[in-house]
Order: sequence, then C-alpha cells, then structure tokens
Amino acid sequence: MITENFETIIIETDLLILGGGMAACGAAFEAAHWAKQHNKKVTVVDKAAMERSGAVAMGLSAINLYLGLKNGKNTIEDYVNYVKNDLMGITRDDLVANIARHVDSSVHLFEKWGLPIWKDEEGNYVNEGRWQIMIHGESYKNIVSEAAKNALKELGDNGEYYERIFITEPIMDGDRCVGAAGFSVRENKFYIFKANAVLDVMGGAVHIFRPRSVGEGLGRSWYPPFNSGASTYFTLKAGAEMTCQEVRFVPVRFKDSYGPVGAWFLLFKAKATNAKGEDYMETRAAELENWAPYGTSKPTPTNLRNYLMLQELEAGNGPIYMKTDEAIKELMADITDEKEAKRKMKELESEAWEDFLDMTVSQALNWASHNISPEETPSEISACEPYFISSHSGASGAWVSGPKDLSPSDDYHWGYDNMTTIKGLFAAGDASGASSHKFSSGSFTEGRIAAKAALAFIVDNPDSANIDDEKIKKLKERILQPLAIFDEHKDYTNDEDVNPNFIKPKMFMFRLQKIMDEYAGGASVHFKTSKALLEKGLEFLEFMKEDSEKLAAKDTNELMRCWENIHRLWQAESHIRTMLFREETRWPGYYFRTDHPTMKEEWKAFANCKWDPETGEWEMIKREIKELT
Amino acid sequence: MPSFVISEKCDGCKALDKTACQYICPNDLMVLDKEKNKAYNRAVDMCWECYSCVKICPTQAIEIRGYADFMPLGAVVQPLRSTDSIMWSVKFRNKKIKRFKFPIRTTPEGSIDPKTGMETGTDDLKNPLLRTEPDSLGTELYKK
Repeated sequence: MITENFETIIIETDLLILGGGMAACGAAFEAAHWAKQHNKKVTVVDKAAMERSGAVAMGLSAINLYLGLKNGKNTIEDYVNYVKNDLMGITRDDLVANIARHVDSSVHLFEKWGLPIWKDEEGNYVNEGRWQIMIHGESYKNIVSEAAKNALKELGDNGEYYERIFITEPIMDGDRCVGAAGFSVRENKFYIFKANAVLDVMGGAVHIFRPRSVGEGLGRSWYPPFNSGASTYFTLKAGAEMTCQEVRFVPVRFKDSYGPVGAWFLLFKAKATNAKGEDYMETRAAELENWAPYGTSKPTPTNLRNYLMLQELEAGNGPIYMKTDEAIKELMADITDEKEAKRKMKELESEAWEDFLDMTVSQALNWASHNISPEETPSEISACEPYFISSHSGASGAWVSGPKDLSPSDDYHWGYDNMTTIKGLFAAGDASGASSHKFSSGSFTEGRIAAKAALAFIVDNPDSANIDDEKIKKLKERILQPLAIFDEHKDYTNDEDVNPNFIKPKMFMFRLQKIMDEYAGGASVHFKTSKALLEKGLEFLEFMKEDSEKLAAKDTNELMRCWENIHRLWQAESHIRTMLFREETRWPGYYFRTDHPTMKEEWKAFANCKWDPETGEWEMIKREIKELT
Repeated sequence: MPSFVISEKCDGCKALDKTACQYICPNDLMVLDKEKNKAYNRAVDMCWECYSCVKICPTQAIEIRGYADFMPLGAVVQPLRSTDSIMWSVKFRNKKIKRFKFPIRTTPEGSIDPKTGMETGTDDLKNPLLRTEPDSLGTELYKK
C-alpha cells in the first residue's frame, strides 16, 4: 500500500492554532505572552507560508475596521448598530462589541510594527469611510506574520510553527476536542497534533458556487481560492453548533477581476449607474421600504444595494458602471490653478491605481489590457459568485461564547470567549459566525481574544489528551485513502483523470459548483432559489457524499485538493439546509427565496445547525436574538 | 496563463532546497521541473494572480499574463519590490506606460518586537484586557 510509505509524526502541544491568516497571527501574538507566563506550549500549523498565507496574501489598500476610540470618533454602540443593520438584524451584538472594543489596539500595533498608514496634515489617520482607514498595504501580511513569528520565538522551544501542512480532521476525546490530523502537502508525512485546546482559524470558503469565469479566470475569485471551507468542516465534524450558514456574501466589485470598490464609493464619492446613466439607488429607493427598518436606515445594507443593482440588470438596463470619470471630474472641479490641477490629478491617479495594486493587481492588469484610464472611462461593476466569509458582510461560522461582561445571558456565554459548543475547540475570524465586518484588523483581534481565552481554558483543564493508536491508524487510512484508491486503479485506463473506479478532485469540484449554482441560487440564476430547488440540490449532494469516498489523488498536492473539496461539500450542505430552514427572504441581494419572497418577523432569529458525529443526523435550531443596543 | 516563468531567466533557485516561488505560493501551485531545473505553475486556473511569486523571484523570471478568458493580450503589470517600497510598471495594450512607487514598510525587515515595549495591564487570564492593553488602546477598555 502506498500509504505505508507515510511516516506518522505525533506532536504534543498545549494550544494548537490551525491556520496562518490574520486571525492565526493575532492568536500567535497574544498566546505567546500568556503561554510564557504559564509555561505552556503553542503550535501554529499553516497550509501555506505565513508571509503570504490567507486572504491578505496579496495585501490590502485599507483597514476596514478602526473606531478611533481614543479620539472619541465613534462609540462601540455606533459600530454594533451599523453591523446589525447591514446584516438585517441578524448579529450577535456581544461578539461584535468585543471585537470593536479591542480592535484599535491591534491597528496601533500594526503601525508600530511598520505598516504605513496614510496620515493627514495633523498626523491623523486618513479615513476612507467612517470605519475605514487608508494604508500602503502591499506588505501588510508580511509585517503581521513577522510579528507573529517573532512572538512565537519569545517562547523558545515552546513556540512552534509548521508550514505546508494541510489539516483536515478534528480529534475528539469524548466531548472534548483534543487535537487535529493532517498531512504534509510536500512530503510523505502524516501528522497528529495532540493539544489541550484547539483554535480553528482556517478562513472562509470559495469555489462552492460556480464562478462567473470558468477558464483560466476560475482562480480569480474575489476571496482567495485557497480558502476552501476548512474551518466549517472542522467545527461541523467535531459536532459544534454552527450559525448563519445561510448568510453567504455576494460582493459587488469591478467586473471580472473583482477589484475593490470601497475607495471609489467612499473616498472618491463615485456613483454607480445603469447604462442610461441613472443612479438606481435613487430611482429604485422605494423598494428599500419593503425591507424596513433596515432598508430605510443609513447606510443602506450591502445586500440591498446589491438587490437594487440586480433588479436593474433583470430589467435589461445593464451594463452597470462605476462612474470613475465623473467622480474624478467632481474632485477636480474647484481647482482653477493649472499647476495645482496637475498635481491633484497625479495624486488622484496614483491613489486610484494603488487601490488595485495593493490588493487586486489583476484589476490593474484588466484596466491596462482594456486601455482604461479611470479619469476618462467608467468601468463595469458586477456581482461576484457567492462566498462564505463572516469577517466581511457574510456571517457564516461557528456559534461561539461571548465575553462574560458583555454577553446578555447564559445562552450567549459559556465560560470562555470564542469557545464553540465543543469543549476545548475555539474559533475566530471567518471560522466564527454572527460577528460580521471584522475584516483584517478585527479577525486579527478576534484571534487574540480567542487565544487568551484558550490559554485560560488550558490552565483550568491541564489534563493531556488521550488518543489511542487504533484511532490514529483509522484516521491515517481515511485521510490518505484518495492516494490508495488512485494507486489501486490507475493502471486500468491510460488516462489518469478518466477512470470508472474513481473521481478526481477537479471534476468533483465542478459538479459541486454546478449543483450549487443551479439549485442553491448562484450567479447564473440571479441568486434565486426555492424549497423545491433546494431539496433537489440536496438530493444531488447525497450522490456527491457517496462519491467522495471514491476521490483519488496521484500525489500529496492532489490529496489536498481532494480534502478541500470534501470541505466545500460540507459547507454546501450546511448552506442548503439552513436556507431551507429559514422560510423567508431576509437578504434579497445575497439570495432570494422565490417561494417566500418577504421578510418575516418570526424569523428575526438565528438559524443554527449541528451535525451529530454519533448518528450522522443534522439538527436545525432556532435561537433568539438578544440585543445590547 | 496567470503566472508564467520565463525559461531563460529561471535558474531553479539552484542553491536552495526549494525555489522561492515554491516557498511562497499560497495555493501550492509552483513546482520545479527537476529535469529542466525550471519552475512552472502547475494549475494556472487555480492562480489568484496574487503576484507573490512575481515579487519574490530572485531572477525576476516570473510575470503574469492576464486571464485569457476576459483580458485582451498585450498589457503587462510588473513590480519591483525592495525592503521599504514597491515600484510598479503598468504597460497598456496601446503601449502607454505608467509608473507608480508606494511605500510598503516603515521598519527594517526582521526588526519587529511584537509588544513594541508596551506593558500589559493585568496578569489575570480571565481579565478582558489583552496583551499590551490598555497602553496600545490609548484609552480605557470599554465596559458595559
């Protein structure tokens, strides 16, 4: 058997941090301090290289969450209200407030570590919008990861970082999570990590739905294609309760390359219009009253802005344009001095291009390839395919404990901040739900909160994990199974990808994307779905679950692709089940239930779900919303 | 194609145990063809065009050719990244060229002291104050 060539490596630690993105870096930074005080060990395991792993790999042009508390610019209540309204009332106030009260501290640290933040003449941060500040962020992740790695070094032998290891399975001891299993994507090595607490910070999920571009452009998702649902899979498989699995995010971005629109809307005050030049936010304003009180509050929720644009497209009024040319003209309007005008134009041009070059280089390439200069030509915008990203304007993730001093009741608080409903298993960033709009800075911050709480759990529950050899053997066999299947059947045909005995991960992913797009409200059906469609989709997912046992991999890279797509399948199933459960339409610009086309008061509640590892059954749970503000 | 490697310029990072592009690619796409001693992108349709390989390549052998399913040919966007700034050359399809330079970092590489000399206001694991707080907040921690 090919899998016998795999060495089994067992690592013991106290806190196991799974992931390498912003939340993982925050967790490592924080954990180092408290672990040192209590002589505990911290181990970080990353599927890539921390310098450029996770969603901030390319950099960012703005930090979207900074309150400016020390200058009294905003209050925690202001922010909670903003997030809650954007999510149509479905938000855990306690979690949002907890992140918001700490986030400025993280941003101040980033600046001290070397992140260039734009400053005005008085030395204050330059705001893009109320909560957003502008940065020169090409090396944002390099800087933050250096701080995280240096923090681990403070622990000496008690601080470890493993890169290029793909984690796929939680390890349980009764009702407690005691570790994780995975493999090296580069060498024949199988890994077991035993831990006293596990922090899941493995990002959101992309490529569940069929992307709009399916050739080379398949990889140009707005959120990175390497975020493949590992977080959700891990918490679901451990038996943790999940929340907001229906709350996908559909970003509206510059068409095809998905460049950011924030700077254009907020900093340059550009408008989006239909082909006739009409501002649909004005002409269709009456529609917002159907979604009151959220629709009639300012700022208009993200999903409703999407919805008005989608209505415009369905009416045949596309393309939709970002009027970059008019915005620049407006910004230049008051400048009469020729020299000053030249200087200002150069400055605006540089800001506009940097916005793309810092975080979506592909959009700059797109402009250059179409000979577009933003000051002369408007650019098309469009809705991307749906993603799962609770750190932005989606909300899907694990149901976690809030902080004792802010959480309104025992339902929201069970001992340790950001612990899931499974003992010893913590979640943050895209892995924790119902705390949207945390973005890069908030994810880093939530990682810090979770890491400190996990250390408190470890000190209270120091007994080391018990994992028997039989369990390790079974995990190894199952995780490496795609390699064994390929090895067993590969000689039957003369095409390594086409063989009746197995399915390769790429076609498996395409099948999932087709099902989700056509039945679960993807981009090609204008995000519309219904009970009948969802049930049909679920039926097809059952076949996929059976076929997932026949996934085949020729090497460890393909083994990673196999597991990424199993993770996607679980994200997809929890998504369909939760959309079915919530019999209303609440986020019409994210998905629209044609059989329940309106928002209903009885559904001002969380739609949670849980998979039972003992029985394999799904349970749907409705939970009350308890507000702080 | 997304990222591609110019054969003549790639030396397979010969002195290293893995190539720089293999080290950095967040999606594990870059591999070394051991016979030719040249790196290549093994799954161009899984490439995010994040430019991590382009920026790190020691011989500047990697460039990006925009996704052919929606970008006309002829444009090139190429960075030159140093320790404190990045210079971009943007060449349009119609041959127009723009250059931009942006700062990327205000401290020397490798110099970061995580706590930046700030003290933490509590020793209690159950206290909501995090490492370096309240110093790093610049104000008191919000309480209900």
